[in-house]
Amino acid sequence: MSTMAVPDVAVAPVDAGFWTRNRKVGLVLLALGLLAAVLFGALATDQQARFTLSDDAAGAALEINGTIGAILFGIIAIAAGAALLAGVPKRWFLTVLGVGLVGFVLSFLCWQVSAAPTGQNFMPLVNIIRGTFILALPLIFGALAGVLCERSGVVNVAIEGQLLMGAFSGALFGSLSGSVWVGLVAAAIGGAFISLLLAVFAIRYLVDQVVIGIVLNLLAVGVTGFLYERLMQTDATKYNSAPRFGNWNIPLLEDIPVLGPALFRGNIFLYLGLLLVLVIHIGLFRTRWGLRTRSVGEHPTAADTLGVKVLRVRYRNVLLAGVVAGIGGASYTLALYSFTKNMIGGKGFIALAALIFGRWNPTGALLAALFFGFADQLATYLGAINSVIPSQFLAMLPYLATILAVAGLVGRVRAPAADGKPYIKG
Amino acid sequence: MSDPNPQSGSPDKEPASEAQAAQTALGNTEQAEPATPGRSAPESEPKPSLGRLFLDNLWAANTFTVTLLSLVLAIVVGAVLMIISDPDVLSTYSYITSRPSDALNSSWTLVSEAYANLFKGSIFDPEAFSGWLNGDNGWQAVLAPISETLTYAAPLVFTGLAVALAFRGGLFNIGAQGQATIGVILAALAGFLLPLPPGLHLLVAVLAGALGGAIWGFIPGILKARAGAHEVINTIMLNYVATYFLTWLIVQNGVQDPTRTDAISKAVDTSAQLPRLLGDNLRVHAGILLAVLATWGVAWLLNRSTLGFELRAVGANPDAARTAGISVTRTYTLIMVFSGILAGLGGSNMVLGSTASALTPLVVAQIGFDGILVALLGRVKPWGVLLAALLFGALQAGGNRMQSYSGISLELVTVLQALIVIFIAAPALVKAIFQLRAARAARLQTSLAKGW
Repeated sequence: MSTMAVPDVAVAPVDAGFWTRNRKVGLVLLALGLLAAVLFGALATDQQARFTLSDDAAGAALEINGTIGAILFGIIAIAAGAALLAGVPKRWFLTVLGVGLVGFVLSFLCWQVSAAPTGQNFMPLVNIIRGTFILALPLIFGALAGVLCERSGVVNVAIEGQLLMGAFSGALFGSLSGSVWVGLVAAAIGGAFISLLLAVFAIRYLVDQVVIGIVLNLLAVGVTGFLYERLMQTDATKYNSAPRFGNWNIPLLEDIPVLGPALFRGNIFLYLGLLLVLVIHIGLFRTRWGLRTRSVGEHPTAADTLGVKVLRVRYRNVLLAGVVAGIGGASYTLALYSFTKNMIGGKGFIALAALIFGRWNPTGALLAALFFGFADQLATYLGAINSVIPSQFLAMLPYLATILAVAGLVGRVRAPAADGKPYIKG
Repeated sequence: MSDPNPQSGSPDKEPASEAQAAQTALGNTEQAEPATPGRSAPESEPKPSLGRLFLDNLWAANTFTVTLLSLVLAIVVGAVLMIISDPDVLSTYSYITSRPSDALNSSWTLVSEAYANLFKGSIFDPEAFSGWLNGDNGWQAVLAPISETLTYAAPLVFTGLAVALAFRGGLFNIGAQGQATIGVILAALAGFLLPLPPGLHLLVAVLAGALGGAIWGFIPGILKARAGAHEVINTIMLNYVATYFLTWLIVQNGVQDPTRTDAISKAVDTSAQLPRLLGDNLRVHAGILLAVLATWGVAWLLNRSTLGFELRAVGANPDAARTAGISVTRTYTLIMVFSGILAGLGGSNMVLGSTASALTPLVVAQIGFDGILVALLGRVKPWGVLLAALLFGALQAGGNRMQSYSGISLELVTVLQALIVIFIAAPALVKAIFQLRAARAARLQTSLAKGW
């Protein structure tokens, strides 16, 4: 974004007197809060909105009267908005904004849950949290693949293709060998294969990285779709019945209320995904490899001068990204479903959105992925309680949020300086 | 040409040696690529014959040769995919050392039949022709493949032009898919909601499609111009917003076909449908004529109009354009609006033509993404895009026949298309594989990498 900004327009003034960006955000939040308190409060019913701490209606629950809840949480959002408008110290900005947004969401939920058909006025939190993480998993892996690539200066639009190829080879070789582990390794190699093409064409042949990414996605869709129809459909038991990883309960942690059953009775991919976020975050900001990666992504010429092998770092990171995304693809075929044509269905692009929304930062990407996963899970939940909110509009949420983020309305995002620029030594 | 001392050279030694001296003095620029020993010989001739020049250039890395060889490479890779995905043929390879003819024969049969069907389905079917001569079938059967090709090509021309136009202005419009989606929605709504007389109705419906595309192109355009938000990201996101909007809209009251329970809208009135060109049995419709017109229009816009000049100037170097007094902001917005209009027209083609007559979740197919490939294959030049769209239309039409006659999945066409463009985008690779010599005036880099 930084490279393409158009300087002849009124670039958002850094300090425009009273109306700083924080104040504008505060105004928007205030308006949202008002909307919540008035509209959601009016639409909510007097039913108790129950947020149960289990998988179903039973057990302990947090309860609140629908109307009161909707208005109360709306007022919290208003208060947060007003605080931002009045001006809070910069370091408090994100916290206050977060409180306000959570208030808005809770107000919305109070309305929705209380207005659900009688007998369904509950929201099973364990279920929602687990679903959020499951739906976010491919996004987490995909966004991490993006982080690895783009931090070293190679734009990765081929996440979709890497996930898809990973899912496909995981399913194929998992089925042929009958072993989940072989499937997992094959998935990693499958993702790395697409990455290899990306690396060779972007680094060696200097093809526009967005172009090659888009084309590789189509290639992956084509190749996996072709082989699916030719091989897997003709003999599904032989080629498309991969064994699946079971759930591993983690002792002690699984007994934590709500979070335990939601998170610590999951499969290997969940643990691996969270672990990778940690590892990549530490690796990127605390190790020599991370410093080199970032320097190559920000200023390759300077890095080269200091003796860093720019192209080698890029090749390695792009391949690693493929491995990570390939494993992410396997989180479908080696844990949940059997392979179907184009089964990633755009998740790779949401992962790209999560990467940008998370500002090219592993932890940010995790949070963005969870937010998108939550939106997805919420859409499913609202569909189940016959909500008046069309699920399609909730499904649009990640994309709209990303557009707002990129347009600088929710804080400016900035890509690594050399992202997408091929490095030609000399 | 391997002869270092040509007999037909000038009888006078002096000028020839001078020419050679000049040749060496020119330095490495001419001989940067590995020069064969005989390379310098023809150049010392006063004037090589036209035929020789032609042959020399033929095997050079020029646009035509690279495109052709990319096609060949893609077809070869496609053949390999067909062979390795066929268990019967693959089993013959287990004893290839003892009986190589089995493996080769079965592979050849499989591949040649598939590609023959691809050809018959898209261009010309000899059986239909002989059938027509014998009176077994009408002339329509002979033209059916071409009709199919043109039908598939028409929307791709529009989306290809949309992407190409934006490219020339330095923008990468990945959002042709979304723009076509909004276009298809407005075109269809105009097609079944407005009670208008024939002719006018069609015009309004087509323009409604263009308007939809324009709106959806304006958003990333203005965001790019005003906030510097990258158009690649925004157009990707808007694609999905458009898709979800379409799936939501289809099932609303007044839009959904009341006699159906599945997601399909009412059908577009016949008064708003593009007329068929060759009778009701052949699907080719007036969309292809509009496409040719649009190609001409875009070519005129790019090469003859003030806006086109500004657009190319901004695409080549925004800073220089700004210094010269061109408003980059306005140009970026206009580029995206025009690009959106073209994509929206592509969308209206899908629902007003013969491909579909009602909205379904998949009504736009892949025309937006295919448009990117078409634009790249057409070297982002309007007439090149037209040719590329014809090729892709042919692949699509032939792919259908290949699927039904040879049982080769239609997905192979996607693979072929992607491969062709990959090779085209990396001319250096094709050049290395075929040992091509450098072209005299090569501008092969389809696009310049510039990142986010």
